[in-house]
Amino acid sequence: MGDGAPPGHGLGVRVYALLAWTWLRAAAQYPVSMLLLALATAVVSALDMVAIMLMFAHATRIAGYTAPEVLFLYGTSTLSFAVADVLLGTAERLGRHIRMGTLDTMLVRPVSPLIQIATEDFSPRRLGKLLPGIAVLALVPPRLEADWTPGRVAMVPVLVASGVAIFAGLWVLTASVQFWLIEGHGATKAVTYGGAFLTQYPPTVFARDFVRGVTFAVPLAFVNWQPALYVLDRPDPLGLPAAFRFASPLVALLLCAPAAAAWRTGLRRYRSTGS
Amino acid sequence: MGVLPWVAWYAFRRHTAYPLGLAAEAVTNTAFGFMRAWILVALWRERPALGGYDVADAVTFCFLTQALIGPVQIFGGMELTRRIRDGDVAIDLYRPVGLQGWWLADDLGRAAGALLLRGGLPPAVGALVFPLRLPGPSGAAAFAVSLVLAVVVGFGLRYLVALAVFWLHDDRGPAAVALVMSLFFSGMILPLVAFPGLLGEVARALPWAALVQVPADVFLGKRTGADLAAALAFQAGWAAVLLAAGRLLTAAARRRLVVHGG
Repeated sequence: MGDGAPPGHGLGVRVYALLAWTWLRAAAQYPVSMLLLALATAVVSALDMVAIMLMFAHATRIAGYTAPEVLFLYGTSTLSFAVADVLLGTAERLGRHIRMGTLDTMLVRPVSPLIQIATEDFSPRRLGKLLPGIAVLALVPPRLEADWTPGRVAMVPVLVASGVAIFAGLWVLTASVQFWLIEGHGATKAVTYGGAFLTQYPPTVFARDFVRGVTFAVPLAFVNWQPALYVLDRPDPLGLPAAFRFASPLVALLLCAPAAAAWRTGLRRYRSTGS
Repeated sequence: MGVLPWVAWYAFRRHTAYPLGLAAEAVTNTAFGFMRAWILVALWRERPALGGYDVADAVTFCFLTQALIGPVQIFGGMELTRRIRDGDVAIDLYRPVGLQGWWLADDLGRAAGALLLRGGLPPAVGALVFPLRLPGPSGAAAFAVSLVLAVVVGFGLRYLVALAVFWLHDDRGPAAVALVMSLFFSGMILPLVAFPGLLGEVARALPWAALVQVPADVFLGKRTGADLAAALAFQAGWAAVLLAAGRLLTAAARRRLVVHGG
């Protein structure tokens, strides 16, 4: 299906769940290994948090932000990224599938290749990535000195959901790049993993031109920086209008549309190895 | 001997066969170098002399660690793992050279390729924006020795993880533990000089310190004279211990494999 008719939305979700469940059951054949790997994955994801806490052992504020504020950014960034990574992270293997010729196998199956790649090796190990973000978001918000108006409370789930959508868009977009640049994977990690790392820290840490770049070129600032400015009631280091703080859902939409288009275009352009 | 330099040379050729892929990795390493550098600048602005480093030291450290990711293979992994799982290792064991020596030579070739194609970009681009600290000729020579020792220590650790497959049939468990240790205790995530109190002392005594923190200290000229000798001896000591452990484990694995084959 050189793209063909994409399955209806509901059908796609069902097929995704079915394939993910199949992989989960396969992994569950080795329960001890499965549990250990999930825990180890959680610990690896938590290392960045440990680094933040070690840094705050030396200073009460870093770039004007306190420890709970940075941990709030860490929690939202990590959770958004982890959900998107669990759902779509293996899309980054596209280049390998093209090189090995296994993408052709996927194309003859009656399921979208994106769903097939995304569910590949779907193991509980991936779910371990969710733990640090969930734990931090459960513990840190009460310690923030924010004025928890209903609007700010409501912003947190909106923020995480938009963050998930933005990272999901970036996963698909960076995977699509590999239709054109098979070797591109190494560099696009700067956007996916790099974006996840970047948004753990406040924007005031980074150079202004760089912040401008990740606001307007790659919209990482909308993962959590902009909405967090509203939640934490902080001034924008770029002095952008307050409306930007509420723009994350819109940005997510604006990003996911071209990501889907890039994937379809890439798939249509694909002529198997040797092309 | 004789054959081992060729093993290293062919490993070098093999690992540099796709330079674009390695260059792409270097782009990501550079991006992370910048992000980490700005974070460290923010921390050092609060604490200007933290751990005996100044801002220039911290930023140089940061780009240096990104350059070292490839050569010391901080994220772990080794081709040998797959060969043990597939049984191809039986072919390796037929060879009239030791398994450990063969793979050490292979790894040195790989590391040289990674240094050449992945090591240059992060510090070079970093130097355009930040004032980086460069060593003099004698410092550079000491760093070269330290770097080779770091690669050998990295090999020693990864070889032990790979050999665990003989017993566990799967390397993902030990590999995950090894990843946590090597990211955290090498100085990769945060320089070990910024680790407080006892944690810092313990971290600086573990073998992972020999991967990133010690070579970086040598590069920055933090270790000179007798202290430099102590730093290199620390790396060489861990290299010797790990290689000896690998040797013992290789002998045990050889017996184990025969049992396995019936």
